[in-house]
Formats: sequence, C-alpha cells, structure tokens
Amino acid sequence: MAALNTTVAPTGTPPDRGVRAGRRPALRRDGRYASIFLAPSLVGLALFTLFPTAMALGISLFDWPVFGDRAFRGFGNYSHLLHDPVFRRVVLNTVLFVVLYVPLNVIVSLGLAVWLGPQIRGRQVFRVLFFIPVMTPMVANVMVWRLLFQPGGLIDGGLQSWFGIDAPNFLGSSNWAMPAIVAMSIWQGFGYNFLVFSAAIDQVPQSQLESAQIDGAGPLQRFRYITWPMITPSMFFATTLTLITSFQVFAQPFILTQGGPGVATQTIVMYVYNQGWQFLQMGLASAAGWVLFVIIMGITAIQFVGQKRWVNYDI
Amino acid sequence: MTSETNTAARKVRSGVSHTLLIIVAIVFLGPLVYAVSTSLKPADEVFTPAPHLFGSEIRWKNYADAFTFAPFDRYFLNSLLVAVAGTLVVVVASSMSAYAFARLKFRGREQLFVLFLGTLMVPQEVLIVPMYWLMQSLGWVDSYWALILPWAFTAFGTFLLRQFFLTVPAELEEAARVDGCGPFRSFLRIMLPLARPAIAVLTVFTFISFWGSFLWPLIIINSVEDKGTVPLGLAQFVGQQGTQWNLMMAASIMAMIPTVLLVVLLQKHLVRGLLVTGLGGR
Repeated sequence: MAALNTTVAPTGTPPDRGVRAGRRPALRRDGRYASIFLAPSLVGLALFTLFPTAMALGISLFDWPVFGDRAFRGFGNYSHLLHDPVFRRVVLNTVLFVVLYVPLNVIVSLGLAVWLGPQIRGRQVFRVLFFIPVMTPMVANVMVWRLLFQPGGLIDGGLQSWFGIDAPNFLGSSNWAMPAIVAMSIWQGFGYNFLVFSAAIDQVPQSQLESAQIDGAGPLQRFRYITWPMITPSMFFATTLTLITSFQVFAQPFILTQGGPGVATQTIVMYVYNQGWQFLQMGLASAAGWVLFVIIMGITAIQFVGQKRWVNYDI
Repeated sequence: MTSETNTAARKVRSGVSHTLLIIVAIVFLGPLVYAVSTSLKPADEVFTPAPHLFGSEIRWKNYADAFTFAPFDRYFLNSLLVAVAGTLVVVVASSMSAYAFARLKFRGREQLFVLFLGTLMVPQEVLIVPMYWLMQSLGWVDSYWALILPWAFTAFGTFLLRQFFLTVPAELEEAARVDGCGPFRSFLRIMLPLARPAIAVLTVFTFISFWGSFLWPLIIINSVEDKGTVPLGLAQFVGQQGTQWNLMMAASIMAMIPTVLLVVLLQKHLVRGLLVTGLGGR
C-alpha cells in the first residue's frame, strides 16, 4: 500500500548520488554486496508473495479440494461465481459497505480535522485518542461493539431506560446489521484519516486564512478556496487507501453477525474464508480472492486516472 | 462591531466549540468506558435494565478469572512470541534490503525496487489460499513457523527504511569507505545507529500488526488451546450461548493495553512515520 505514497510523501527523494558511467569496478563490487543484502527479502518475497500470487491464479483454474483429487476446470470456477447467487449477494454487500463506509469515514475524519484545527489547544490529545482503536486488535474492538449492540446492551438499555423504547435487535435484523457494522467500523477506523487530514491542515498557512477572513471570506469560502486545494493530495491518499482496505472488510461482520442474518452481511473475504475453510473448495476460494484483487486494482486505477481532475500537487 | 462584542462573540463560540468537543470525546470513548465498566462487574449485572457505570462491586478478580475461564495466559504468550519473532525478522530483512536500495549501486536496482513496491498491491486475501497449500507442503500447518514467517517479508519495511537511509548524507559513508570501511561495517556502524527512529517506527507498526492479526491465525491454527493467539482466543467465544461478557471484556481490555501503551508512549514518532509511508500493516 505504501506504493501509493511515493507520489504524496511529504519528504521528497533526494537525487541519487554518484551513479555515473565510468565507475564500473565499483558497480561490480557493489553488486556482490547487494545480492547479500537483498537475499533475505528477495527469497522471502519470492516464496511468500510472488509465487503465491501466481499460484493463486493457477489454483483458481482447478477444482481443488483440500483433500482428494484435483481437476482442471479452466474458467469454470469464475463462471460458477458469476452464477452463484450467494457470491453475487456477497459482492453487493461488500459494495454497500464500501459505499456507506468510505464517504462517512472521510466526512467524519475531515470534519473533525477541520474543526479541531491549529487554534484548538490540546488537539494532540485527540489525535492520540482517536488513533487508539486503529491500533488495538480489531477483534477486541469488535467484541466490545458486539456487547454494545446486544439486546440489553448499552444502546438498548439506554434507549429503554431514558426514552422507554426498545432498540431494534441490531445484529439480528437484516435492515440494521449492515449499518451497525458500518458504525462500528467508522468508530474504529476514522482516527487514521483524522491524523492524515489534520497533519495536512497544519501545513495551511494561518496568515492566508486570516487575511481572507479580513477580506470578508466566510468559513466555507476559506475552506473551499484555501484549505481544500492544499489538502487534496492527502485527500487522494486517504480515499484510495480507505477504499482498498474497506473492500477487504472481514473481522467486523465475521464477529458481529457471522455474515447474517442469512447472508445479509457476508462480505467477499468471508466468502473466500467459507469456501476455502468451511467447504474446503480451494479453487473457488482462490477465484473469489482474485475477483477481489481485480476489483481493488480497478478502483486504484480509477482513482489514479481521476486524480488529475481534482488533486493539486503544485502548492 | 466593537471590539468588546467581538471578544464576547469569540468567547461564546469557543465555549460552544469546547462543549461540542467534550460531547464528541464522550461519544467516542463511550464504548471503551462501557467495556471497562463491564469488565469490572459481576456476571449477573452485565445486562441490567438501566445502564450503570458501576456494578454492586468493583470486581478486579474478573481479570484473573479471564485466565482460568480460557487459557488466555497461553494466548498472550503465543501472541508475544509470534509478534516479537516476526518483528525481528521484518526489521533485519527490511533494513538490509533498504540499505542495498539506498546505498549500493547495482544493475536493475530501479526495476527491482518497483517490483518490491508492486508486491504491496497484492492483498492478503489473494495469498491465503496458496499460502495454506504452501504451509501444507512444508508441513507447517498449525505451527509457529506458519504464524511468523509468511507475512514477515513485506516491502513496507524496505520502503520505509530506504526513505530514511536516503536522507542520510552520503559524505558520512564515503569518508568511512575511504578509511577502508566496507559496506557491512558501514551498514552496522553508521546507518543502523542513525536509523534508530525509523527502525522504532517500523518495529512498533510491525509488532502491532502481528499482535492484532486475525484472518491468517484463524486459518492456519487448528489447536487453538495450544498455539492460539489473543485475537483467536477472543473470537472463540463468538456464538456461544451464555458468554461471560464481563470476562470477555476483561480479556479484550488486556489485549488492547500493550498497543495503547505503545501508541501513547511513541505518539510523536508514530505520527511522523505514518505520514511518510502510510500504514502498511496486515
């Protein structure tokens, strides 16, 4: 994922020193050392990333049970996925999660970052505070919210005793389960983008904002014409990364609802897990994994093509 | 507008702003406070009709009971072992390759670096099926090796440390080289000590991502009681009837404590490291 940042990293890469023609002997000598320095990473990445990536594509073309005989199926697994109503539903669920989660995450984190601008004292405390659930184990966070959403839990109990109304059974209702998962995920994840945005906002010169204010520009105008153009690179970085990771959502539905009720909140990664380790159909699991990979690559490509229209690197 | 009304208006606005801030903080902290409060209640008081911050007693014993209710001592030791060993491998492998990319000249360096970065594009979910097959072939299913090694070679660390090494003035090393210091010594004696802040950032992020990792342990560990990590141990209770929620919350809080401490203690470094590279954890 860090690959995305090469374009937006605040510290630029200094120009390469000393790579000149006419220094061949040094080049050859360095080459030998380089292979030693690179060996662990190269072997590790080849064995545990490059080879499995290709292998995943291979497995996806086979009927590949965990135990028993394998048979070549060509694109059979992919056409199976295309016609599997569960897989279609699972893709829809994942897209629904992304469509709800990404904009809300960005609105919450950007809104708070603008509001908690440099003029607020003690904002460092908020940065650390909001960042805590980002770093704590996801499973622990989700367990807390499972209790929270439980009938008789904090939300239900609070509504009953203060307003006298029953809360819906959030995790058991096909209408409420997905919003519940989204709410939990935003609470858990917005601290990351909050940090990214507030660091970008720190870079906006206060003098410009102040002189615009003296000239009579309101807060919205100041945001639109001064702050926004300067934070678009961070915006691009944050939205791309959030999009990618939100397509990979797994632990939240897995623990909150087990994908239920029915398959109402099952996501693509849960489908991969179920096919592979519940039904032991590795071929189908691998094909579903590759579908996810293609979706993610597509989204990333669209983001990168689209950025020319709105991302401003000049400032 | 006179300056007096101006200050008054500013005071009101800042008052409103601070009140709203406190509300945001309370809403945000609510779930965590609720978790702590539940972790200190007797079991039969978890679901009282009206929410109470405190039960009839403050039951610290829940934290001890969590360890007997499920083998959480084992889970914590396993998580610690896996996270420490995994972090060690990541730091050694990434600092070495980062040095090669930042400082050594060899043919195909740029292309190889692009290939390294390209591997960051591949999501873990694509890799888990062939990785499981690979672990089967190596006989590593249900082993510590399988928890540690497969995800210990990400290009994230290489990228992070390379960015740092590039900021070190080349003259420092050139002087040492003239004095007859080879790449190994210059790497160990000059670059690594200078890179301590960057290595600290990498260490913390890697530790935290191993500590919280869930999908892979879920797949590869069968004997949860023996080799399970903390997230696996927590997830064991999902779907069980009559879950001991007070003990579960105690265990969840304990699982959070190490990472919270790291975040609070190293906040300045983390923020900087994060913004240079993004969070590449898995």
